[in-house]
Amino acid sequence: MRKEVLQIDKIEGPLIILSEVEDVSYGEIIDIIVEDNIIRKGKVVKIEKDKVLAEVFEGTSGLSTKNTRVRFTGSPLKIPLSKGILGRTFNGIGKAIDLDSPIISKEKYNINGRPINPVARVYPRDYINTGVSAIDCLMTLIRGQKLPIFSGNGLPHNELAVQIVKQAKIRGAEGGNFAIVFGAMGVRHDDADYFIKSFKESGVLERVVMYLNLADDPVIERISTPRCALTAAEYLAFEHDMHILVILTDMTSYCEALRELSAAREEVPSRKGYPGYMYSDLAGIYERAGQLKGKAGSITLLPILTMPNDDITHPIPDLTGFITEGQIVLGRELYQHNIYPPISVLPSLSRLMKDGIGEKYTREDHEDLANQIFSSYSKVQEIRDLAQIIGEDDLSETDKKYMEFGRKFEEDFLSQRKDENRSIEESLNLAWKLLSILPIEELDRVDPKIAEKYYGR
Amino acid sequence: MHKEGIVTFINGPVVKAENMSFFKVREMVTIGKQRLIGEVISINNNEATIQVYEETEGLKTGEIVSSTGNPLSVKLAPGMIGNMFDGIQRPLKTIEELSPNFIPEGIGLISLDEEKKWDVNILVEEGQYLNQGQIFAEVPESLVIKHKIMVPLGIEGKVIFKKENGKYSIKEVLIKLEDKYGKVHDLNMIQEWPVRTPRPVSKRMAIKELLVTGQRVLDIFFPIAKGGTAAVPGGFGTGKTVIQHQLAKWSNADIIIYIGCGERGNEMTAVLEEFPKLIDPRSKRPIMERTILIANTSNMPVAAREASIYTGITMAEYYRDMGYDVAIMADSTSRWAEALREISGRLEEMPAEEGYPAYLPSRLAEFYERAGLAKSLTGELGSITIIGAVSPPGGDFSEPVTESTKRFVNAFLALDKSLAYARHYPAINYLISYSGYANMLAKWYQENVGEDILELRTKLLSILQEENKLMEIVQLVGEDVLPNDQRLILEIAKVIKIGFLQQNALHMTDSFVSLQKQYKMIKTIYHLYERAHKCIKLGIPISQVKDEKLYNEIIKIKYTVENNKIELIDKVIEDIDLYFDELEEKYKQ
Repeated sequence: MRKEVLQIDKIEGPLIILSEVEDVSYGEIIDIIVEDNIIRKGKVVKIEKDKVLAEVFEGTSGLSTKNTRVRFTGSPLKIPLSKGILGRTFNGIGKAIDLDSPIISKEKYNINGRPINPVARVYPRDYINTGVSAIDCLMTLIRGQKLPIFSGNGLPHNELAVQIVKQAKIRGAEGGNFAIVFGAMGVRHDDADYFIKSFKESGVLERVVMYLNLADDPVIERISTPRCALTAAEYLAFEHDMHILVILTDMTSYCEALRELSAAREEVPSRKGYPGYMYSDLAGIYERAGQLKGKAGSITLLPILTMPNDDITHPIPDLTGFITEGQIVLGRELYQHNIYPPISVLPSLSRLMKDGIGEKYTREDHEDLANQIFSSYSKVQEIRDLAQIIGEDDLSETDKKYMEFGRKFEEDFLSQRKDENRSIEESLNLAWKLLSILPIEELDRVDPKIAEKYYGR
Repeated sequence: MHKEGIVTFINGPVVKAENMSFFKVREMVTIGKQRLIGEVISINNNEATIQVYEETEGLKTGEIVSSTGNPLSVKLAPGMIGNMFDGIQRPLKTIEELSPNFIPEGIGLISLDEEKKWDVNILVEEGQYLNQGQIFAEVPESLVIKHKIMVPLGIEGKVIFKKENGKYSIKEVLIKLEDKYGKVHDLNMIQEWPVRTPRPVSKRMAIKELLVTGQRVLDIFFPIAKGGTAAVPGGFGTGKTVIQHQLAKWSNADIIIYIGCGERGNEMTAVLEEFPKLIDPRSKRPIMERTILIANTSNMPVAAREASIYTGITMAEYYRDMGYDVAIMADSTSRWAEALREISGRLEEMPAEEGYPAYLPSRLAEFYERAGLAKSLTGELGSITIIGAVSPPGGDFSEPVTESTKRFVNAFLALDKSLAYARHYPAINYLISYSGYANMLAKWYQENVGEDILELRTKLLSILQEENKLMEIVQLVGEDVLPNDQRLILEIAKVIKIGFLQQNALHMTDSFVSLQKQYKMIKTIYHLYERAHKCIKLGIPISQVKDEKLYNEIIKIKYTVENNKIELIDKVIEDIDLYFDELEEKYKQ
């Protein structure tokens, strides 16, 4: 029999405290019934003897200590999943919000998932051709990787994500086994609409599963939104052998929700008021990307976060960078110079790239070339600083070449149209063309044999 | 008496229970129907606080806490080498067999394989008197490592029974000892040891030997000694993990214990895929045959992350007692410190700096102090080297974990973001890194590498320091205005940086470099400097002194000269002499 409690002791922010309840399990879901008709969901977050602390997903406004009954379901938050989720839209706790027909499945899935056993993983090696030169060449995305976009407010991260979704060619994902799971946490309506419109335009809408928690939706649901999305992704990838690209935006709103909840629970804060367990919490999300032995499917995760004040050392990008396998950083200065996509190359990185490129996957020169671009472009920055002081005319001949290389690199290589889909060959050749501006002796990261073959061609 | 407590409080990995007055602090317990594994961390009257090593979702108040009677321990026996464990020594492969793909809760305390038969060679005779810690049998654990079976501590006596040499499982009794009170002890291959207690040694010794890593910037500039401690701090993307992997692959310790503490799952998978294929240049066997992996990835339960460091160091001490040189890579100690912070927060302890508990420095000290060169109770000489990665938030080295770690380690290898951005790998900042071992090992260097090596090291380091100062001027006014001798410094520094400090972990020849080659390389670079400097003094312009082709030849030594053909470097030295002799000749006229 389901237990019911007829009285709430305390309501504070998103939290309620109940007393004299027994046999409650940690993390279980409660139904909060307000005046007999509206049911809200909540979750037990702390148990102290017969007192229970629970967070209410849809917020506590309208609740009183007397008009509310609480029913314990005895199980953690589980969502039903079937292949019917493709093309559907859900809210942050996995309830369908587009049509009246709910998803029906025999089994329900715990949204918290379980950690993947490292010995069961397959190390990701197959690269994804995104058609964006900077990414393909310099921070190659690998199938099964988690590669976040570090952006700032007002930068075109959504456009870049959409471009990647439209153009991404995943090896082995020809035919119908490719899908996108889109999780939105605290994003504006127009941002969400932009994604939906773009999915529609590129004709992939029936292959998209959406979990939406918009800026005016309940904050607490933001905590479960990415978990629902990843549970759906795991289901599709590992039970139906599909290749899933998961986009989570905006992780900053997610972390802020986490902080809000932590403050309401009066926990000891660590940096900038974020809870001490934020690293573990984020890891519980990001680490769900990957590939498993004996399963054909994969989960590639592309979280988007806006760096508060464009500060990459802020706890959110910082902790994210420690968990994810690299990052794509967008730069405001480039964007102001009208360069799209404004990928700030130097701080960007793909950790899995080294094993997914080269002769077997892309081309033999790829790695040396990428290293050389990083090294030369970093030198461009130094020379630009110098030119600021002494003027460009007084630079040495070689330094002038670097200045030209820097300019061309940004204008021709970084910059591309939003619908421009470059092949990997094109991107690599373009990079060589630009490097050939520099004297060959300056190419100190390239194997001489490779330089001979590609330089100046 | 059977002891049981009752769960009354649950908050994430922290659980409180009543009726616990018979439990001991640090005792291992099982909790609830699922028999989750936990450890008692404090007792207040009747109530105990327990940290739980598994996910507590679904646990209820009123569930039972049962005692195991033992503190959190590891099982020490053959079967550890080549294996991969979670933070509390449960083999991940066995877990996978029990539950594919994902790690469930409640699988209980599983440990080493008790069925497998090992080839045992018993080394003692009946009637012989054995002391505690004495080796009584040998088992080839892998083709590289001979596992020596020791009498557990606290036991001694006369051998009154021994089995014949043969194949036995770790549980089978091999010998029986009768102590002086007439009590008989059955000894098999298993020892249990509480992870938080250091294993005793008879004497700690002074450091005397280099841990050869094959990484130039370490071996020559910032060395790590066998039995020493080193910290590798760096923000994300600076290449901490690559350095740790390089050390695990190439350093000349007998045994490597790699602790992936709160790091990425895919990185551990990479190690698992790569290590069995890599061949150790010394033993010519796959390096997996000397490696133990402990993986508690960032999404695995946080309390087990806290324990993983201790599990690793206890295993290291056990092998040290056999007389091996063990090196531990802990990647990353910051995640361990954060686990401490997380648990401390849930315990509602008073926080110190940045929310870390006040006991953080003392815990760090306890950990690093377990390193060292030591004589075991029976006189075997073994060592533990600890290399801890530190992940300071935002790359800011003034944060509590980096600051505290700095106090307890002797080598500090600071990774630098701007070097990493320029893909200068390993991105060790040569200006702020330091190692106290360079001087401690002076004698070793002179005897094993070359008389003048430390002198050369100092000279090259000072060129780099000088260049850094000059660069400030160059940033302002450009390079052309500097006098020739200073411009030479810039050129030579470039050769040192590209030709010596930068090392390509993925390049066949460059990944591991022998000490002799390293020595020849710096000798060549310094020779270049001396000859060039002399020409500058003669008034020859820098444009003549700097010959691109010659410089490139020197820079490329790292790729072109293989470790076993270092005599080829002599040819480069000849080329240098030839070039400068000619140049001097030309300007004399």
